[in-house]
Amino acid sequence: MTSSFPKETWNSRIGIILAVSGSAVGLGNFLRFPGLASKHGGGAFMLAYFISFLIIGLSICWAEWAMGRAGGQKGYNSSPGILGAITGRKNLKYLGVLGVLVPVMIYMYYVYIEAWCLGYAVNFMAGNLEFQSGDEASAFFGSFVGISDNGAAFGFGIKQVGFFLVAVFVLNFFLIYRGLSRGIELFCKYAMPALIILALVVLVRVMTLGTPDPGNPDLNVSNGLGYMWNPTKVLLEEQTVGGDWQKVREIVGERSLSNAVQEASTSPRMRVREISLPEQLTNFQLWLDAAGQIFFSLSIGFGVIINYASYLKRKDDVVLSGLAATSANEFCEVGLGGLMTVPAAFTFLGIAGATGSTLGLGFNALPMVFSSMPAGQLFGFLFFFLLFLAAVTSSLSMLQPGIAFLEESMEIGRHRSVAVLGFITAIGSGFVVYFSKDLKALDTIDFWVGTFLIFVLATVQIIIFGWVIGIKRGLEMANQGASFPVPKIYGFIMKFITPAFLLTIFALWTTQNVFGYNIITGQQEYSSYWKDLFIEPNGVARFSVLLIIIVASFIAFLATIANKFKFQNEGENKS
Amino acid sequence: MNLGGWIIMLISVGSVTSLFCWCIYKVLLTPEQEGDIHRFEIETPDTEHK
Repeated sequence: MTSSFPKETWNSRIGIILAVSGSAVGLGNFLRFPGLASKHGGGAFMLAYFISFLIIGLSICWAEWAMGRAGGQKGYNSSPGILGAITGRKNLKYLGVLGVLVPVMIYMYYVYIEAWCLGYAVNFMAGNLEFQSGDEASAFFGSFVGISDNGAAFGFGIKQVGFFLVAVFVLNFFLIYRGLSRGIELFCKYAMPALIILALVVLVRVMTLGTPDPGNPDLNVSNGLGYMWNPTKVLLEEQTVGGDWQKVREIVGERSLSNAVQEASTSPRMRVREISLPEQLTNFQLWLDAAGQIFFSLSIGFGVIINYASYLKRKDDVVLSGLAATSANEFCEVGLGGLMTVPAAFTFLGIAGATGSTLGLGFNALPMVFSSMPAGQLFGFLFFFLLFLAAVTSSLSMLQPGIAFLEESMEIGRHRSVAVLGFITAIGSGFVVYFSKDLKALDTIDFWVGTFLIFVLATVQIIIFGWVIGIKRGLEMANQGASFPVPKIYGFIMKFITPAFLLTIFALWTTQNVFGYNIITGQQEYSSYWKDLFIEPNGVARFSVLLIIIVASFIAFLATIANKFKFQNEGENKS
Repeated sequence: MNLGGWIIMLISVGSVTSLFCWCIYKVLLTPEQEGDIHRFEIETPDTEHK
């Protein structure tokens, strides 16, 4: 084990802050967050969101920054090395394997989505995306990503993803090849401000949309914002034969409300009901979604922050840097994403267009929105180019942990490490893109790695910080060189509240999303992910999980044989 | 959008924007610790391993 300082370092404090915030800012900020906030009602969701931010977000973020920098001072930049070195327990390097596996596996499908963003930007600029209906938008998306059949994505025309995939893959590896400060940091220094400026330009366009269709005055920006932010929800409900009330539709706008009241007055089995903020807060799904959004949005539990922080110097301020990177992500998410996409989709397409999955909103609804607005070709290009920049800054961060691990475990330089990782991820991405039918491979890896294993890794990290390293030593590590210390209350929060909150959310999430048990109704139906593996086997899903296992085994094997990872437990004599 | 919506939006957006601006202000104006002068790495570690 070496105690020399890491050779590569960040060039400036603002550089690492932009790199970490660039890692965190991605498609979820502009598509997933507004979708969830509008689904649950802005007020209630934001309350749960900010509580989750304080309990989960800041805690794990500071823990990762502190552990990463401490590991870097011991000469380690990869998660297995850092966890083994700073805890003095050699077996913890195997938990650190997750910190390499997660970003590498996510990169394999994320680069595919990144190519969609670039492809949509170019196609907007070329005037190829002028949709008249939702079916046209869906058909283009399906054809572009090859959703109809396996192998269909390997086309190289402008309306196919193949060329864009190669381009973004090469761009990522070119930047990562240049190194930490001359590649990642330099790119993020330009890309992040550019991203914010592009978002502000699109935001001004959205805010000035007014009422595009005078024949339908309820569809306007004000109501779009209301759909997103109003603390109460108004529903038209119908009583079933069993006596329960079921939602018919949500109501936004004066004319819609007037129509709903008139409709309800014609039948005793119909009513218009307002759901208050306290009532919404009793919905456990809202808490699960808010905590999940904080969790996935901040890049915590990805193995990225711990790796990036390992390149800091001994007295760099991790408390301020962590808070700054986190706040940049929150600004992009709440301040920009929260005002942009859902209000725009509502203004042109109504509630139906503003709801649905992240990918549905991004690649079906929004292209239609831009097709419908004046100068939509330009604003469509700007919006998808901003998504592309957000995606590149994130995907770069997914490569660095793998690079660091290969450098340490195989004792090779950066350039060779880039070549090895390029080979591995090219095979993985090729697998994901080839099995494009219904996006099965992407969806399976996203679920088991991009969701499930992230929960596991974040839980592991906060438990190691609070219970293995110990909260006193952990906070001392974090506060070293800090212009202001981590608030004392966080000692208690990081030791007890965060692990308990995280384990609770994880248990509920697994119960619901893996085993399909509905906690409210008590009904159970296994999730499609579980069925694909064990009940109604799906070949692509099984191969996707096999790919995860193979990559995990390879990383664990390297961690076992590498000389640099031959730690000694505390108290053992050095030979 | 009703009054409640305006209040929640302004508080949410205002709080994250204020926090972001304060952090950037602190980062730009707080001097870095002595001995923490960073520099560009012109050579990558490959050079070290040759």
